[in-house]
Amino acid sequence: MPPRPKLSKTDHATIGKIDDLAGTVVSQIERGQDPFVNVPIRTLANSRWNQSRAIIEMGSAKAKRNFFNVGIAKKFMQTLLVASECKELIADDEPIAIRMLYYRTKHTIEGTRENTFEEQEESDPIIEDLEVTIDALREELKLFAEQRGGMVGPMIIEDSGDTINLAALGSGGWAVPSIVEEDVIKWKKKDCQAKFILLVEKGTVWSLLNRQKFWDHHQCMLVHGNGMPPRGVRRLLYRMHHELGLPVYVFVDNDPWGYYIYSVVRQGSINLAYESTRMAVPAARYLGLSSFDRERFKLPDNVTIKLDQTDETRSKQILAYPWFQKKKAFQKEIQHMLKSGVKLELEALMHHDVTFMAKKYLPDKLKEGGLW
Amino acid sequence: MPLDTVSATRGKTGARPGGSRAGTRQLFAGQAAAAPVPATATAAAPVTASSPRQADDGADGGNGHLGAVLFAGESAAPSGRSYVTAETLAKKQREISISEFFTKNRHLLGFDNPKKALLTSVKEAVDNALDACEEARVLPEVVVTIAQKAENRFALAVEDNGPGIVKGQMGRVFGQLLYGSKFHSLKMSRGQQGIGISAAVMYAQLTTGKPAVVISKTGAGRPAQCMKIAVDTRKNRPEVTESHEREWPERDHGTRIELEMDGRYQEGKGSVLEYLKMTAVVNPHATIIFRSPKGETHRFDRAVNELPPESPEIKPHPRGIELGMLIAMLRNTQSSTLQGFLTSDFSRVSAPVAKEICALAGVEPRDKPARLSREQAEAVFKAFDRVKIMNPRTDCVTPIGGAQLTAGLKKEFPAQFYASNTREPAVYRGNPFRIEVALAWGVESMTAPEAAPAPDPDADAPPRRKKKEEEREAALMQVLRFANRVPLQHQQSACAIFKAVMEVHWRDYLLSQSKGALPQAPVVLMVHMASVWVPFTSESKEAIAGYDVILKEIKLALQEVARQMAAFLRRKQSAADQANRRRLFDRYIPEIAAAASSITGIDRGAVQSRLQAIADRKTRQDEIAGLLPADAPSEPPADPPTDPGTPPASRKATKKAGQPSNGDVNPTEFDEGN
Repeated sequence: MPPRPKLSKTDHATIGKIDDLAGTVVSQIERGQDPFVNVPIRTLANSRWNQSRAIIEMGSAKAKRNFFNVGIAKKFMQTLLVASECKELIADDEPIAIRMLYYRTKHTIEGTRENTFEEQEESDPIIEDLEVTIDALREELKLFAEQRGGMVGPMIIEDSGDTINLAALGSGGWAVPSIVEEDVIKWKKKDCQAKFILLVEKGTVWSLLNRQKFWDHHQCMLVHGNGMPPRGVRRLLYRMHHELGLPVYVFVDNDPWGYYIYSVVRQGSINLAYESTRMAVPAARYLGLSSFDRERFKLPDNVTIKLDQTDETRSKQILAYPWFQKKKAFQKEIQHMLKSGVKLELEALMHHDVTFMAKKYLPDKLKEGGLW
Repeated sequence: MPLDTVSATRGKTGARPGGSRAGTRQLFAGQAAAAPVPATATAAAPVTASSPRQADDGADGGNGHLGAVLFAGESAAPSGRSYVTAETLAKKQREISISEFFTKNRHLLGFDNPKKALLTSVKEAVDNALDACEEARVLPEVVVTIAQKAENRFALAVEDNGPGIVKGQMGRVFGQLLYGSKFHSLKMSRGQQGIGISAAVMYAQLTTGKPAVVISKTGAGRPAQCMKIAVDTRKNRPEVTESHEREWPERDHGTRIELEMDGRYQEGKGSVLEYLKMTAVVNPHATIIFRSPKGETHRFDRAVNELPPESPEIKPHPRGIELGMLIAMLRNTQSSTLQGFLTSDFSRVSAPVAKEICALAGVEPRDKPARLSREQAEAVFKAFDRVKIMNPRTDCVTPIGGAQLTAGLKKEFPAQFYASNTREPAVYRGNPFRIEVALAWGVESMTAPEAAPAPDPDADAPPRRKKKEEEREAALMQVLRFANRVPLQHQQSACAIFKAVMEVHWRDYLLSQSKGALPQAPVVLMVHMASVWVPFTSESKEAIAGYDVILKEIKLALQEVARQMAAFLRRKQSAADQANRRRLFDRYIPEIAAAASSITGIDRGAVQSRLQAIADRKTRQDEIAGLLPADAPSEPPADPPTDPGTPPASRKATKKAGQPSNGDVNPTEFDEGN
């Protein structure tokens, strides 16, 4: 038997939280009660806009997840299953990916053809439930997600003990890991020459800008999250913003999805509202694309895409977000998009020239300091 | 017994001790020639009954409608009493009347085809047997044997343990058509098919030339009398070709009739077997044994050991008769005044009412009834409808009773649930009647194919097609109709019972029903109408006429049993739900025990058994026991995402369970990424 790894204080605390959860359930069972756990609700209804902190916070509403309830019995079972597995992961100090956890906890229930989990889509929300229920971060449960997103720029960091010069990583850049906490990713302020962070929605656009050495010309950290930035990227933005004082600029498609990425980066997400305090960057600025860019940069109609029903519905929902209520310019922006009935992809800027984005558009926008 | 009650019981009643044969009611009242008073009848007896006993000589069938037909038909012939030519004509008529009448009207009498002839013969004999037993207060045991003699020839034997028939009556009971009648009898009785057993005897005789063989024994220690009896079709008289005594040790008393006739034997709808089975259902006090031509023996054993109560006779109610009957009654009454006739020959007619009727009809209460002209009779008849008359007494319709109905249904249709309802008596057109309904749900014979579904080879088949097949397979509700304990096998859709069944919104009672069709459910429904006079739609007596009040009564009775059934179905559904819940919990309990034990180190078995104890309580195992068949599909759903499991994160879950959306992502939200 391999020697037990030495556990950190956090690890012991997390194990204690899992023990408490299971202990409560067992004592309920011993008392002949319908066992339950109280799971904080991760929905819009239970999220709160904290105006002074400018972030979305999770409300206090909890849902009773009991076992003797046909609709949620399986979820109750799954919650305990995940808790049990996480305890082992912590005890062994063996972090695994959430997909791996899905495989670790998936098995066929004896005497049936039913599996404890059928898809990862079932286990992922259970992990999030567990996080909020026992107030432990995913990282503390020794779970990480598939890494997504990349970064380059004039900065030297230490990643799991390896020193990495982010300015010398060729065309691929540095893949942002899922866990970017201080114990994994370290830096010194003097090793950072960047003046700001540019978060690009798309990996392809990021690649183009990297090849054109945009980050070098403008002394910035060039980051992408391949769509909605995953937790690792957002946590990294947060740390760099707060620890290095770098302003964050967001460069996304001009569509509801782009607005939403901006919203999540700024205020945090509804689903992960409990993580907002350690991820949201309320000072993040929106660089583009803007629905007014079509006229301003003389983009022809043929590079636009018509809004569909979903886009319109989504736009209206975003308009109604409390944190955008008082942003007149932002309201005008979305209304203008709805009025014009079209959306714009970042790639539309290629209409003029492949260097147009790096040479004209971004410099112009940066000079203006972003829209909001 | 009231003077004017024309009681006509079945032929065999003549065997009752003291049963007088003093006089036979003239059936063909309008034409004496066609039905001569049998020689054995007391010649001196006037045509009008002078003693109540006279009327006791009932003939089989008691077919009032048929009687009416005969009556009308015959009276239409010129009576021409004073003309020789007419008398000659009448004589000629007499010679051909019976056999010709039979041949021409065999469809009315139930002998229209060989299959039906066989069935009708069985019916007549069995009805007689049951009536005879019941009147003698003997629990009936009827043995029906049919043997095939040639391709289209069958030997039929029906044997009962009834009181037997005295020697002197045997000939007339079996060998004379319309020997007495229940035409004027208002008594709840089986009398149903045609003109009785003698018609079957005649049919046999006409098709094979062979007489009926009858054995009857009236008591232990006495010898049985054996006779060969034919119908003298010219004179409508019994023709006893052979008569001797013999031993019949098997029975203390009883009667056996053997007939050989042209026929066709088939099983299935409208068959002898079905008739006997339905008869067994509605006569749970009877044991019926059937030996079929196929060599099989079907036993329908009695389920209860009590005889149904005897039904008293009542006098007719003015609202319940027809003009022809009134004319016949006027002629035959013993009352010398019209008022006397009205008050004593009818029920619920008091002297003031009688006077009022007379006044309305423009006749004198003191008039002699027999002197009334046809027009005056009609005026009286019309007046009946214009005066206030109390409804007839209703104690003359005796119900079968809920317990008996259910017992009858139970023994022939094993099912999961039974309900019955007996309505209070009601009155249509002056005739008391009573509706009874019994229902069986989950009838085994109707659910059998469902219980073992063929494994679906093509699991990916579009669900719509599958559904269609299921629908096709679902059995329709079976409706068993009865009138005075006699099964009605034909003309279902013309019958008030069927109409009432169709008027019930069965969907309200949790059955599925397509428009214009019977519900699709493993249900056998039996509806019984008991009445002194069942209004049939036609001479074939297979469909009850749809008087509003009858329809209403049937519907109310149906709704009551349907309510009981729906309550059961709800209980059953809830039990099934609980069982499903339990199966779901049972699946997850070991998982929870294992996880909880792994985290806390507490013994896994202890957690598991505690959880199971809670599950017992939560799923009310004690309450659902017995509500579900043992072979209920207990296999948990193979693909859990459909029902119990955690839906994918983007789906709203747990709404059904009345829980707030539990940790689910708002479906309109974008994916956060991870």
